[in-house]
Amino acid sequence: MSAAAALACAPAACFHCGSALPAGAALSLAIDGVARPMCCPGCLAVATAIVDQGLADYYRHRTGRAVNPEQLVASSAEELRAFDDEEIARGFARREPDGTCTATLSIAGARCAACAWLIERRLRRRPGVLDVAVHLTSQRAQLSWDPRVVRLSELLDDVAQVGYVARPYEPDRDEQRVRAERHRSLRRLGVAGLGMMQVMMYAIALYAGALQGIDEPQRALLRWVSLVVTTPVVCYAASPFFASALRDLRNRQLGMDVPVALAIGGAYLASAWSVLRGAGGVYFDSVCMFAFFLLLGRHLETEMRRRSDELARRLLNGAPRTARRVGALGEEIVATRQLAPGDRVRVREGEAIPADGVIVEGQSSVDEVLLTGEPFPHARFPGDRVIGGSQNVESPLVIEVQRSGAESTLSWIVALLDRALADRPATVRAADRVGRWFVATVLALAAAVTCYWWRVQPDRAFEIALALLVSTCPCALSLATPAALAAATAALARAGLLVTRGHVVEGLARVTDFVFDKTGTLTRGEIELVAIRPLAAARESECLEIARALEEHSSHPIARAFFAFGGPRERFVRPRRAVSRRTCSDAATRTGLGVEGVIAGVRYRLGRVDWALALAPGSRVPPFEEADVAVLLVGEHGPVAWFGLRDELRPAAPRLIAQLRERGIRTHLLSGDPSPGASRVAQRLGIAYARSGVSAAQKLAYVRDLQARGAVVAAAGDGVNDAPVLAAAQISVAMGGGSDLARARADCVLLGGDLGALARAVGWSRRTHRVIRENLAWALLYNLAILPLAGMGLVAPYAAAIGMSLSSLLVVGNSLRLREMRLDP
Amino acid sequence: MSILFVLIAVGLALLALAAWAFIWAVDHDQFEDLEQAAHSILLDADEVTREARGRAEEGSA
Repeated sequence: MSAAAALACAPAACFHCGSALPAGAALSLAIDGVARPMCCPGCLAVATAIVDQGLADYYRHRTGRAVNPEQLVASSAEELRAFDDEEIARGFARREPDGTCTATLSIAGARCAACAWLIERRLRRRPGVLDVAVHLTSQRAQLSWDPRVVRLSELLDDVAQVGYVARPYEPDRDEQRVRAERHRSLRRLGVAGLGMMQVMMYAIALYAGALQGIDEPQRALLRWVSLVVTTPVVCYAASPFFASALRDLRNRQLGMDVPVALAIGGAYLASAWSVLRGAGGVYFDSVCMFAFFLLLGRHLETEMRRRSDELARRLLNGAPRTARRVGALGEEIVATRQLAPGDRVRVREGEAIPADGVIVEGQSSVDEVLLTGEPFPHARFPGDRVIGGSQNVESPLVIEVQRSGAESTLSWIVALLDRALADRPATVRAADRVGRWFVATVLALAAAVTCYWWRVQPDRAFEIALALLVSTCPCALSLATPAALAAATAALARAGLLVTRGHVVEGLARVTDFVFDKTGTLTRGEIELVAIRPLAAARESECLEIARALEEHSSHPIARAFFAFGGPRERFVRPRRAVSRRTCSDAATRTGLGVEGVIAGVRYRLGRVDWALALAPGSRVPPFEEADVAVLLVGEHGPVAWFGLRDELRPAAPRLIAQLRERGIRTHLLSGDPSPGASRVAQRLGIAYARSGVSAAQKLAYVRDLQARGAVVAAAGDGVNDAPVLAAAQISVAMGGGSDLARARADCVLLGGDLGALARAVGWSRRTHRVIRENLAWALLYNLAILPLAGMGLVAPYAAAIGMSLSSLLVVGNSLRLREMRLDP
Repeated sequence: MSILFVLIAVGLALLALAAWAFIWAVDHDQFEDLEQAAHSILLDADEVTREARGRAEEGSA
C-alpha cells in the first residue's frame, strides 16, 4: 500500500490518541509500513519514540487509544532532576544494602495492558534498571534501579517520551498496613483451602471405610493424618475467628464469630480427643470446610473495601511533590513538605499550586475543579488567596506560602470527610443487630438440646450438639449476601460502574430519589457555541471570524467553543492560522473579563457584557436569553454580536432520566449556578424537580429533607463542593472525570462517564436484591428444616457438614448467575 | 494396603510444598495484579516470534 493510498483511506482521527485531525494537518508517521496520520507534534514525538524503540507492537495490541500527550501535565527536565536529590529521594525511595534503590511510581495515562507492556519494555532496555512491574488496576509501577548506573530522572523522562507521566509515589504507613493485612488474609485462605482439599480426601476414605469396612491400622492412620493437617488450619487459618470471638466476649457482646469459634474449636478438640483415645467420631472435614468457606467470604468482602481505599489514596498523589522556592540566591527546587509559611514559590502555567497561599506577583486564572467542582478557571490577582492542589492555567505566579502540608485546605477537607463517613454504615449496624439475635438463639438452642441429650443419652450429647452447631452455622447465611454482591460488583465494573462500598448494590435497588448536580454530571463540562445573533449589519460568519481572531490568543475553555463551531470537534488542538483568516494585533487577555484586540484597525472586545460595552460608551444591546451563557462582541463603533454558549449534555443523559422515570424514581437537579441554565437543562431532560443557585448547605438540607420524608436518596456529583451531599445521601455516585476527592469518597464511580451504565446498574441491583432474597430464603429454610432433625439426633455431624457445604454451594451458584450482565436487565 | 502409608507420606510432603509455594507467591506480590500478566505474556511472545523471524530472514538473505 502506498503512503498516499493509506492517507486517502485513513479515518480523520489521530492514529495515536484518536482525537480529530485539525484541518490542513499534514503530520504522519510510518508504523509497520503504513503511514498513519498524527494530530499534533506531541503525538508524533511520542509515536516516533515508540517506533524507534522497536515497540510498535503496542499499536497492534492496545485496546484503547492513547492519551493525548498535551493533556498530561509534563514537567521540565529540571523538575525531574529534583527527584535525584538524596534529601528528596528519601521520602519515596528505599535504599537496599547493595546500593540499589526501590520506589513506587504513580503512572498517569496508562489505560490498557499494552500501555503497561510499553512502559515496562521501555524501562527494561535501560542498563541499571533491575526490575519494573506496572500494575494497571492501581496505576502504579514498582521500580528498582541502580542509582550509580542510571538516574531516576532519566527513567522518568523515558516514560514521558512514550507518552505517560510517571512520578514517585510515597506510600504511607496505612497503605503498608492494608497490604500486609491482605497478604495475611490470602495466606490464611491458601492454608485453609489446601488443608480442606487434603482432609476431604481422607474423609471420603473414612466414610467409605465406615460403609464397607476398613482395617483398624488404616483407619487410625487416616484419622491421625487428618488431625495433623487440620491443626494448622485451626490454629493458623482460623485464628481470626477465635480472636474476634474473644474480643466480643470481653466486650460482653455476641458476634457472628462466637458460634463459629465454638463450632470450630469444639469440633476440633472433640475430634482430637477421639483420635487420641482411638474411638468416637471425627469431624476434621467439617472443620476445614467451615473455616475455608468463611475465610473466602470475608476475603471477598475486604477486597471490595480495599479498592475504595486505593482510590482515596490516589487523591493524595494529586498534590504536587516539589516546588520552586524563590530565595535570595534565585530559584531552587525543594520538596513540598519542606515549605514553611512565608516562603515564596514560583508556579508556572500548567503547574499545580503546591500549598495554600497568597499571590504576590502576576495574575492568572486558577482551575479549582478539584476543590469546588467548578469547571471554569477563576481569575486571581495579587493579594488573592489560592488553594494548594489547584491548577494554574494561564501565566506564571509567585505565591507566598501561608499553610503547607498537613495544614493545607486539601488535607483539611479529607480529614473532615473521614469524620463524616465514620458514623455512616447504618445498614451494617442493622445487620449486626439481627446477627446477634440469631447467634443468641442458636447458642441457647444448642445448650438446651445438649442438656436434654445429656440426661437421655450422655454418650451422644456432644455429637448432637456439634451437628446442631454445624448445621445451623450461618455459613450459607453469611455467604448469601457477600457472594451475590461480589458477583454483581464484578458485572457492574465491566459495565462501567466501579462499586467501592458494599452497600451500594443493595441500596441502589431501594432508591426512590436521584439527585444530580448540574455541572459535569449531566453535561460534559465542554462549552459549545450554539447561537450567534448579529447586532449590526455584519453577517454571522463575519462575526465568527472576528471572534475567532480574538480568541486565538486565549487559552480559556470558552475559546475552544468558537473554533469547534460548524466544524469537526477538535478537543485538544486549536488550529492556528488554518481557520481564522483575519489577523489580530495588540491582543490581550483580561483575566475574568474576556479578550481584546485590534483587527483591521478597529479595536474589539469579546467577553462579559459590562466590560465589553465600556468600549463603546452609550450604546445599548437587546437582551439575549437563548443560551445558558452569553458573551458580547463589541467594536469601537458599537455592539457587533451576541454569542450564546451552552454546556453540552452527555449523550446518555436523556435516556438515563427516562429510564429512571420508568422505574418510578423521582429525579432532582440542584445547581449552584444562579443562571437559568439549570432549569433549561432540566426542561430539556424532563427532570421533575429543579432548583438553581443552591449553596452546598442548601443542597445538603434538600437531601436531608427528602430523607426525612422517607426517601432513599442517591446523589451524583463530581466536585468537592458536592462532597457533603454525596456523604449524606444513602448512595453516592461520582463521575469518573470529576474531582479526585469526590471520586475517592463516593460509594461508586462511573468510569468513562457513560450515564447509561447508571440506569442499567439500578436494574441490575434490583435483580441482585432478588438473588440475595432467594439466597437468604434458602439458607434460612435449610437451617430451619435441619434444626429439628439435628436436635432430635437424626443428623450425623458429617451429614450436617455435607448439607451445610451443599447449601453454601447452592448459594454461591445462584449468586454466580449475576456475573453476566445482560445489557437491558 | 501398606502402600497407603507411603502414599500418605508423599501426599503430606507435596501438601507442605504446595503450602510453602503459595505463601512464597503471596509474599512476593504474585497476587497483586491478576490482569496484567495474562496480557503481557502474549505481547512478549509476539515480539519474540517476530525477532526470530527477522533473524531467520537475515540468515537466508
